[in-house]
Amino acid sequence: MHRVTIDASGMHYTPLNRRIREAVASGAETIEIMNVMGQRFIADGVRGDVTIIIHGVPGGDLGMFMSGPSCIVFGNCDHAPGNTMDSGRIIIHGSAGDAVAHSMRGGQVFVRDSIGYRGGIHMKQYRDKCPILVIGGEFRSFLGEYMAGGLILALRDNRRYPVRERGIGSGIHGGRIIMRGDLLNERCLGVGACQKPLSEEGYRMIVPLIEEFSSHFDADPDTLATDPYIEITPTSSRPFASKYTWE
Amino acid sequence: MCGIIAVIDRSGGTMDGSGIRSALSMMDERGSGEGAGYAVYGAFPEFADYYAIHVFFDAIHESKAAVDQELEKWGTVVHEEEVPTYENRNIRKVHTPWRYFFRPDPSLMPQSMTPEDDIVMHLVMKVNTTIPGALVFSSGKNVGIFKASGWPEDVADFYRIQDYSGYIWLGHNRYPTNTPGWWGGAHPFNLLGWSVVHNGEITSYGTNRRYIESYGYRCTMYTDTEVVAYLFDLLVRRHGLDPELAVKALAPPFWEDIDCMDEKEQRLFRAIRLAYGSAMMNGPFAIVVAQPDGIVGFTDRIKLRPLVCGTRGQRLYISSEEAAIRIMEPGIEEVFMPRAGEPVIGRLAG
Repeated sequence: MHRVTIDASGMHYTPLNRRIREAVASGAETIEIMNVMGQRFIADGVRGDVTIIIHGVPGGDLGMFMSGPSCIVFGNCDHAPGNTMDSGRIIIHGSAGDAVAHSMRGGQVFVRDSIGYRGGIHMKQYRDKCPILVIGGEFRSFLGEYMAGGLILALRDNRRYPVRERGIGSGIHGGRIIMRGDLLNERCLGVGACQKPLSEEGYRMIVPLIEEFSSHFDADPDTLATDPYIEITPTSSRPFASKYTWE
Repeated sequence: MCGIIAVIDRSGGTMDGSGIRSALSMMDERGSGEGAGYAVYGAFPEFADYYAIHVFFDAIHESKAAVDQELEKWGTVVHEEEVPTYENRNIRKVHTPWRYFFRPDPSLMPQSMTPEDDIVMHLVMKVNTTIPGALVFSSGKNVGIFKASGWPEDVADFYRIQDYSGYIWLGHNRYPTNTPGWWGGAHPFNLLGWSVVHNGEITSYGTNRRYIESYGYRCTMYTDTEVVAYLFDLLVRRHGLDPELAVKALAPPFWEDIDCMDEKEQRLFRAIRLAYGSAMMNGPFAIVVAQPDGIVGFTDRIKLRPLVCGTRGQRLYISSEEAAIRIMEPGIEEVFMPRAGEPVIGRLAG
């Protein structure tokens, strides 16, 4: 197996990304990057079947426009990992900042711990492309804001407190947000979003995701799969039709 | 997009400027090389009881005499010097930074409850509005501000901030958007003990400015952040609000959230919103404000700018990016992101 190790200490993201691209071009199957400290744009636009292991704290927009690779991060991410990602996986052994999976088009992002505000903002889907964001811990307000497609699964491992975030699914017009726990206080829902208990079909859909999440982070899939879940979706197929057009 | 970072040692232990220089330089991407700056509390222990009045002179021989005269009218200059700077190929020295250590004469403002502060505030506004070519950009006791047009590491080296030590440091890397970058427009902004670093925009600047100018403050630095320093001075020093409540006046809870509070809280927050409607700040922002006994960080109510905190022992860090904190403190113990509009406070012990 062709493996490349890069020490990113003190390195700017431009030479770092050049090294990553060179490694991919030379046929590396695994690229391990040590001592990452705030470098932005890691693996952006990278194509191919490669595993990129990141040790440290990457900067914003990890894996933006990425198509194919798996990024495994041992540390916390900054803003917008998975921004407009096309396909592949980002697995974060830690937490992430605001706008995780921003405008994501395909692929999967798994976050072991919490994320910040506006997770999954404007995720979209098209034909066979359906992006998925799985969050182990908590999320903050405006989860799934302007969501147009895809799936957000919030496992909420620490459910001692009820959700008190505002604007969940604000402006949602496609896709679904599934979260562990009981129905939310209606005040938490954004404009255009509605909630209901998760259907049988929904459970069937999330089981493989729970299994994958558990395999990445050593969680117990059985407990996760048997708890109550709810689903947040657009109120209709065109909730904002009357807002911008006259028919 | 700007980069901010702040640290306080709550036990009063001091840090030199080399750590914050590295942290802020890590966030170079957040700026454009047109403004960077640092604030340090505890910078001048030998003159700790005097107001450290920092002035940018355009042409020192033309305008310094007028500033000297103004200061002498209101008190005594016990020491003065040019702020030491060191040649840097990336910084053009368009101003001469100067500092006075000043003792105001309280008997000259007999009607004031805080005559010394009010004299110094009056002096700052007077110089900045009437003496061309002179700008007072810092006026606190034992507070040093070091700022210029340039990248964070160049500004740090220009002033050699590693030669200064203090128990609070603020750093800011500017990406000017609405007004051009210039030395006076670089952060931190300071008035008396207050220093402010800010990432974002205050879209309510017009309203806030009209409000604050009705209390005698004058905005002269062509940028929105200036009002934050003056608002804190007004609300906390002059109106006696504690810093938590001041944050709640500037970034208040939404009405629908107030409706869900218990009766006593409802009364308090309704009163704050009504009394300080014109002080409320709109727009995207993440801000850290320092004063001699602590720092407070907060964001706008819907979290349109990043803010992350970290602690280790007695030290509290507040920054735009976690990596910057880790550069200053590799052994950070706890990292967290405060909720939108919720103040994070680090107070000096005792």
